[in-house]
Amino acid sequence: MSVAPTSPLPVLKAADYATDQDVRWCPGCGDYSILMQTKKVLAKLGVDRSKTVFISGIGCSSRFPYYMNTYGFHSIHGRAPTFATGLKLARPELDIWVATGDGDALSIGGNHFLHVIRRNLDVKILLFNNRIYGLTKGQYSPTSEHGKKTKSTPMGAPDYPIRPLSIAIAAGATFAARSMDVDVKHLEYVLERAAKHVGTAVVEIYQNCNIFNDGAFDYATDKTTKSDTTIYLEQGKPLVFGNGTKGIRLREMNPEVVDLASTPKDDLLVHNEQAQPAVPFLLSRMRQPDLPEPMGIMRSVEKERYVSVVRAQNEEALAKQGPGDIQQLLDGPETWTVS
Amino acid sequence: MLSGVTVRFAGDSGDGMQLAGTQFTDTSALVGNDISTLPDFPAEIRAPAGTLAGVSGFQIHFSSNDIYTPGDDVHALVAMNPAALRTNLRSVVSGGIVIVNEDAFTPKDVTKAGYAKNPLEDGTFSNYRLIKVPINKLTAAAAKDTGLGAKDIDRCKNMFALGLVYWLYGRPVEPTVNYIKSKFSKKPAVEQANTLALKAGYAFGETTELFNEQYQVPKAKLAPGKYRKITGNEAVAIGMVAASKLANKELVYCSYPITPASDILHNLSTFKNYGVVTFQAEDEIAAIGAAIGASFGGALGVTGTSGPGIALKAEAIGLAVMTELPVVIVDVQRGGPSTGLPTKTEQADLLQVMYGRNGECPVPIIAASSPADCFNATIEAFAIATKYMTPVILLSDGYIANGSEPWVVPQFDKLEKIKIEHPTQKNDDRGFMPYKRNADGARPWAIPGTAGLEHRLGGLEKQDVTGSVNYEPANHEKMVRLRQAKVNNLKPAGPDILWTGPTSGDLLIVGWGSTYGAIKAATLELRNAGVAVAACHIRYMNPLPAKLAEMLKNFKHVMVPEMNLGQLRLLLRSKYLVDAKGLNKVRGQPFTIGEVVAGAKSLLGGEVPAGAQEIAMAGAEDAGIGGGG
Repeated sequence: MSVAPTSPLPVLKAADYATDQDVRWCPGCGDYSILMQTKKVLAKLGVDRSKTVFISGIGCSSRFPYYMNTYGFHSIHGRAPTFATGLKLARPELDIWVATGDGDALSIGGNHFLHVIRRNLDVKILLFNNRIYGLTKGQYSPTSEHGKKTKSTPMGAPDYPIRPLSIAIAAGATFAARSMDVDVKHLEYVLERAAKHVGTAVVEIYQNCNIFNDGAFDYATDKTTKSDTTIYLEQGKPLVFGNGTKGIRLREMNPEVVDLASTPKDDLLVHNEQAQPAVPFLLSRMRQPDLPEPMGIMRSVEKERYVSVVRAQNEEALAKQGPGDIQQLLDGPETWTVS
Repeated sequence: MLSGVTVRFAGDSGDGMQLAGTQFTDTSALVGNDISTLPDFPAEIRAPAGTLAGVSGFQIHFSSNDIYTPGDDVHALVAMNPAALRTNLRSVVSGGIVIVNEDAFTPKDVTKAGYAKNPLEDGTFSNYRLIKVPINKLTAAAAKDTGLGAKDIDRCKNMFALGLVYWLYGRPVEPTVNYIKSKFSKKPAVEQANTLALKAGYAFGETTELFNEQYQVPKAKLAPGKYRKITGNEAVAIGMVAASKLANKELVYCSYPITPASDILHNLSTFKNYGVVTFQAEDEIAAIGAAIGASFGGALGVTGTSGPGIALKAEAIGLAVMTELPVVIVDVQRGGPSTGLPTKTEQADLLQVMYGRNGECPVPIIAASSPADCFNATIEAFAIATKYMTPVILLSDGYIANGSEPWVVPQFDKLEKIKIEHPTQKNDDRGFMPYKRNADGARPWAIPGTAGLEHRLGGLEKQDVTGSVNYEPANHEKMVRLRQAKVNNLKPAGPDILWTGPTSGDLLIVGWGSTYGAIKAATLELRNAGVAVAACHIRYMNPLPAKLAEMLKNFKHVMVPEMNLGQLRLLLRSKYLVDAKGLNKVRGQPFTIGEVVAGAKSLLGGEVPAGAQEIAMAGAEDAGIGGGG
């Protein structure tokens, strides 16, 4: 992400990033908010539309590129990271975003999700998690709760759900964060941090599918419950929630809820975005109803980016061997002449 | 004096037979013979020593005449152990030379190879000239002063065998001595041991009375020019680099390791100083996804694989058809279905690459006809892909990928440039129209980073001209037909047919891909015998050559030899309503010249050739063509 402008920035508005296409998500869908906050962040950062590419797979979320007036590629189910990888290899200077969903990224595209993260490709992944298949009209997804009754699981989903950020952190994510569609300020903050991150950023966004899984995140978004069910992470600050009444303490490697009336704040886990992966992994496992679900940046570290390594190898070969002589390559190791 | 000889080295996969064969080939090429080779790898990396499954072979045909195949029959076999003898002896001509390493014929190894008793002692060789050489002992004696351990010295026995065969055919040892020197420059003892073994083998031939003659194969009368030896996979790799230079574009090669295509990745990964970017993907789908992504970015995106990989890439090839992006897909075919015969050759992916995708999904297909032809075919694939904005599939197979032949090295400056333009301006009053076509039916290749041309591509049906998502019935039909017409009307970037013989007669032999050599040689042989035959070898499988319809009418019979059960034949019969007969072989081995000749004779004699599909379907062991196993 190149955010250091060398010339005066044109003043951009979110609307400058909109296309002429009618947005075709269902009225009331959480995707609208994600689209709006993304456009706002790009406008705020003065991002050059011509050097920005949104790539998606298949699913409701994957319509995203059609609504961004940048370059875009609506590819095939689960495979968006592969197209992003080839594009980044060919054009390292481009800012590439991947819009994906829980089915797209974690089911059919699970393999690519792992590898784009472990390579630290330097793309921003927006993972719209609605815990359901929307486009195919309501089957359970890899993040659906165990026992969830859907069209394809009338007696309840037999699978156990996957936690997207656990996977990301296990794969070595250099940036892993969570936000939700309705908390627009927080979402904007997280997206801005992701945009500025140097490396692959994974942002899980709790997104309400008001048609097939309405209210899936009510516990986390409802004003009356959210202070008890979620916990907002802040760098260097202890993990406090419940309107300042409760905190998270690690005991024998287990996070537990403590009452701040009886426990000093010094005992609490202090958030550190650069902590060992075990810590953000642990945060990524915290789940209702036992524990509040963390929102914010779980991990943000720097690591050499894949394309930098690849390009450096090419530079090194060039420096050591000199520019390749194509005729020499055709001639090969040995020639003979017939006269 | 001999005009042509076929030698086969055979041993355990750890015996260094591929190296011995390659060295013999290089030296034969350097002394001016025409050459053609057939490496035959075992499927297992290291099958248990001494077993039939572990036998690795390398066959070289070298000649003073033009040759087109690695040879039908073996004139000299080197068998390093009983298993190598057992699996290869039947290929040796009657009266042929069989050199065996008698040290390896222990009762245990004899049994392991499935012999009831030692074949060296039971009259098995009455029809051959058997030469028993204690290669282990002689190699050990030659290298005893090098300070190497017994195990390391034992590894030099391929060089002893090579030295012996060098003497037999009057080849110099110097090229291999030089090779050993550069290969083991950091291991002087190993270098010394190998060199001593090589020279000892040569001297053994010279001094022993086992052989009473030495054979000479004079230089071939090849056309003047600068030659090198090349395999198909090498030719594909350097063809890709050449194409990127001709197009002035970066090459991004994305691949997942798969036999027999991996050497393309290995080769290209050493060409970084030519501006080549290689990407070893997490799977076959990621490989083509990345190739398409690179092409979207304006590079030459390319992926290489074999049949199972093509199956996995099918959906993405469809996306490249829909988004009309140039991407080259190399399919080095192998025996199938499923994992099949990974190290053996076959031509059974033709219908897969032609039709193996959802929807109406036309893709131009070019089939290379020989190892050297892979070079031109690769450049043509890029030229077509970028000119017409389409994925292009390049077919090779295990036979030409690993086989080698001499190649007249082209002068790079004289190769035709690949012209590519990326628009920088809007192409319509309404703005940039990503699906507004030129006269060739190609849409503009606008790339990210170009201000003002921002657009969105994708797999949903596109509206004509604007490229917006569109589901209208008439638009869909129009787009399906436009995509088809673009492929149907494309102009080949090289010869679409290789023709041998006259343009009319009794029999036309139609082939494609790696059968070129065997069909051409068979056609020439038949013509010398007075048969009115010609051969038509197709390089452009889709669209099929325009003049083919007319050509097929000028012959009384049409025969289609293929290493499958009749895939091209099916296409020819359906498209041209021609009563083409098949000559089909699916044994993981290429056709011999004799098989094609026999097939032609049998067809002209009024019979359906043995091995034609109708008979092959019967399923008898001898249903293939005779002598092929």
